[in-house]
Amino acid sequence: MVEHQTTNAQQPSQAAGSEFAIDLKRVSKAFGPVQANKDIDLAVKRNSIHGIVGENGAGKSTLMSILYGFYTADSGEIWVNGQLVKIKDSSHALELGIGMVHQHFMLVENFTVLENIILGAEGEYLLASSMAKAREELTRLATDYGLNVDPDALIEDLSVGQEQRVEILKALYRGADVLILDEPTGVLTPTEADQLFRILEQLRDEGKTIILITHKLREIMAVTDTVSVMRQGEMVGTLATKDTSPEQLAELMVGRRVLLRVDKTPAEPKDVVLDVKGLSVTDDIGVPRVKDVSFNVRAGEIVGIAGVAGNGQSDLLRAISGMEAPLLGEIRVNGELVRFHGDDSASDARKMGVAHVPEDRLKMGLVTAFEEWENSILGYHESEKYGTGMFLSPKMAIAEAEKRIEMFDIRPRNPRLKTANFSGGNQQKIVLAREMDRDLDVLIVGQPTRGVDIGAIEFIHKHIIELRDKGIAVLLVSVELDEIRALSDRVLVMFDGEIVTELSPDASEREFGLSMAGVDPKEGA
Amino acid sequence: MSARQPLPNWVTIVLMPALNVLLAFIIGGLAVAIIGENPLTAMWALFYGAFGTGMGWGFTLHYATNFIFTGLAVAIVFKAGMFNIGGEGQAYVAGLGAIMVALWLDQTHWVFVLFGSTIAAMMMGSLWAIIPAWLQAKRGSHIVITTIMFNFIASAFMSYMLAQVITAPGANAETRTIAEQGRLPLLSDWFDAFQYSPLNITFFFGIAALIFTYVLIWRTKLGYKIRTLGANPEAARYAGISAVYVIIISMAIAGAMAGLMAVNEAVGVQKRLVVGYVHGFGFVGIAVAFMGRSHPVGIALAALLFGALYQGGQELAFELPAVPSDLVVVIQALVILFTGAMGEMFRPLLERIFARRVNPAPEAPTTAETEA
Repeated sequence: MVEHQTTNAQQPSQAAGSEFAIDLKRVSKAFGPVQANKDIDLAVKRNSIHGIVGENGAGKSTLMSILYGFYTADSGEIWVNGQLVKIKDSSHALELGIGMVHQHFMLVENFTVLENIILGAEGEYLLASSMAKAREELTRLATDYGLNVDPDALIEDLSVGQEQRVEILKALYRGADVLILDEPTGVLTPTEADQLFRILEQLRDEGKTIILITHKLREIMAVTDTVSVMRQGEMVGTLATKDTSPEQLAELMVGRRVLLRVDKTPAEPKDVVLDVKGLSVTDDIGVPRVKDVSFNVRAGEIVGIAGVAGNGQSDLLRAISGMEAPLLGEIRVNGELVRFHGDDSASDARKMGVAHVPEDRLKMGLVTAFEEWENSILGYHESEKYGTGMFLSPKMAIAEAEKRIEMFDIRPRNPRLKTANFSGGNQQKIVLAREMDRDLDVLIVGQPTRGVDIGAIEFIHKHIIELRDKGIAVLLVSVELDEIRALSDRVLVMFDGEIVTELSPDASEREFGLSMAGVDPKEGA
Repeated sequence: MSARQPLPNWVTIVLMPALNVLLAFIIGGLAVAIIGENPLTAMWALFYGAFGTGMGWGFTLHYATNFIFTGLAVAIVFKAGMFNIGGEGQAYVAGLGAIMVALWLDQTHWVFVLFGSTIAAMMMGSLWAIIPAWLQAKRGSHIVITTIMFNFIASAFMSYMLAQVITAPGANAETRTIAEQGRLPLLSDWFDAFQYSPLNITFFFGIAALIFTYVLIWRTKLGYKIRTLGANPEAARYAGISAVYVIIISMAIAGAMAGLMAVNEAVGVQKRLVVGYVHGFGFVGIAVAFMGRSHPVGIALAALLFGALYQGGQELAFELPAVPSDLVVVIQALVILFTGAMGEMFRPLLERIFARRVNPAPEAPTTAETEA
């Protein structure tokens, strides 16, 4: 800290410039009365990988958006390479050498890699010459940083990991020296994540600076040199990664001690409640997504389905919850067949005791334009509890919503507030409260803690285990391997629509990694 | 990526439409000035024509009743996430049912005519709306396209019916007139103030339709389903709400609403059915629903505004002969343009003005989600 205080007084010298690629000083940004960033100091050393961790709403994204020119800071200074700058917009940020790799890729699916890379940087009127130039540059980048991608491949044919490389190449092609990566591993297999980390290390060694935003402490520990922790809009500490521990970081993020392990007793499974036999599901355009899957879940156990996103888990959940008709096979709950007869079949599955916490709460589980109480009855709106006959009684529904707000500690405690105005964690609690607070036999849960802060994760995990102990059959789908292993009593691994193997949650990370990539660990050893 | 600032409710519901209307009048006023008339005189003539006399009020409210029906026909379907552009055709075809029952019962008593033609109009309007709804729900044919097409089909079909099938002897493409004892009572029968205005008993149906819609949308389980489908179709599927059912039922209700216009206009006032009796009221209903933000209270106010424009416009053309009646249509069109198609034009400006003063969401939600 002492060094860069002095740079203020001096002419921004070359020496000061080489020390920090990015130096933010007392940056503040408010949205109305909400102080998203309060007097943030952040110094990112050149040639380093700098992690930024924090809970949802801690202000990480706002801070990066300021650095990338999406927002303008209310006050404070931004120094890039020792120069005081005012970043006007994202193209200005790029001129200064700051590139961003977004969490959601911004690629044109039916363009080639090369076309995507020159997109927005086409240069001249005629494409041919800039294409040739780009191809040359791409080859250079690929050899320098180990970023191998076929320039003529169509994006839609690439794996997610390769698409991400294209995003990184895009930023590098535009001359980025500082790369910001926002939650880059959310969609990657453990192996792909490791490959990404190797690429990041190589980029650092070749002189680039990396800022990595993540909520996975394991990644911070694995790849960063320095880590900054944010909490409620403030920077609470910057530490050398080698001097810290995940427990310490978690405590800094939340402001109190957090249990990273889930406490649970061994399961006492009873009768089979959910029985899936020979299930096949195709998507809208007839592509098979689930292929001949059979498994069962007993009362009082949690069966986890591990796998990289997009290997058929979503379609499996949709079929079991009655949202999608299976092509073949049958699903039974307590021996009774779940029938699909139309686009309202999900309500039949619910009547049979299937509660469903969907993978994507914003797309499916909630209507964000609704008030909280309206979402608290979604799917159960026909119940006489919420109004006699055809009428809907807001009074009755609000009374119950208030009870659940209490039970699940949903904040703010206002059932009349628009759902969009709750934080991610609280939105998830609205869904969980709705699905858990009733008579149910089967709970199917998709990504229960996606986009949820650490404090709420603990709470949600505890509730899922409590339900199991009450004798409910729980089917858990998550792309977070740590979560699957912490909660499940048995783990099924899904790859390309099939269940490739069943593992114990105590199986090694290598076994999980191999089977998630479609290799049977017993054979592939 | 500039975050959309929430505005206080009164700004979106009152101030923004008011500014839009004001702007429409300013530009309309310029047009009046260009042809050499005093814009203020013209605007006063328009205002006085609509609200200055009991008769003016009567006409204004009568037109407003039509707009309430056609506006609600758009709004209810809009709540389910779709555009019903077919109000015009639905009201037209409903006229057939309304007039046939009215002519059948007109020797009895107006009460029978009123209820008989109301039921028939609602059924015919519904029927005409259900076909595109079914095509959308089951076959995925886009409802905007089909409802537009159905307006043309309705127009051709009704011309044929009026010219060839139910034509009054000796008349050219219109039905016979409803007999004296079957005619709906005018409000002027009870309140002299309304003088010779066509305001009739159907006006109360308009009020009832507004209340019905409010209860339907916000106080019934069906309304809940409609709103869920409209706001998030995927969530509706997740919740076991049948999109097929909601699309068809909401269009059926909308068609019935549009159909009520036939009772007000054809049975109540014209007392017969003529070619093209809907006269664009169905289309203006779209602007009414937009301006009223698909809320019954908003629709009531927007319908009153458009009713006043219709009535005041005619008075204006009468009072100031130098102002051609086409110019009156231009002013009406400007209001539709600014309140409907360009309704959000002032939003950025108002956001800048109000952004600093109001409390936005506790945590800008878009920010929270991108951090997921």
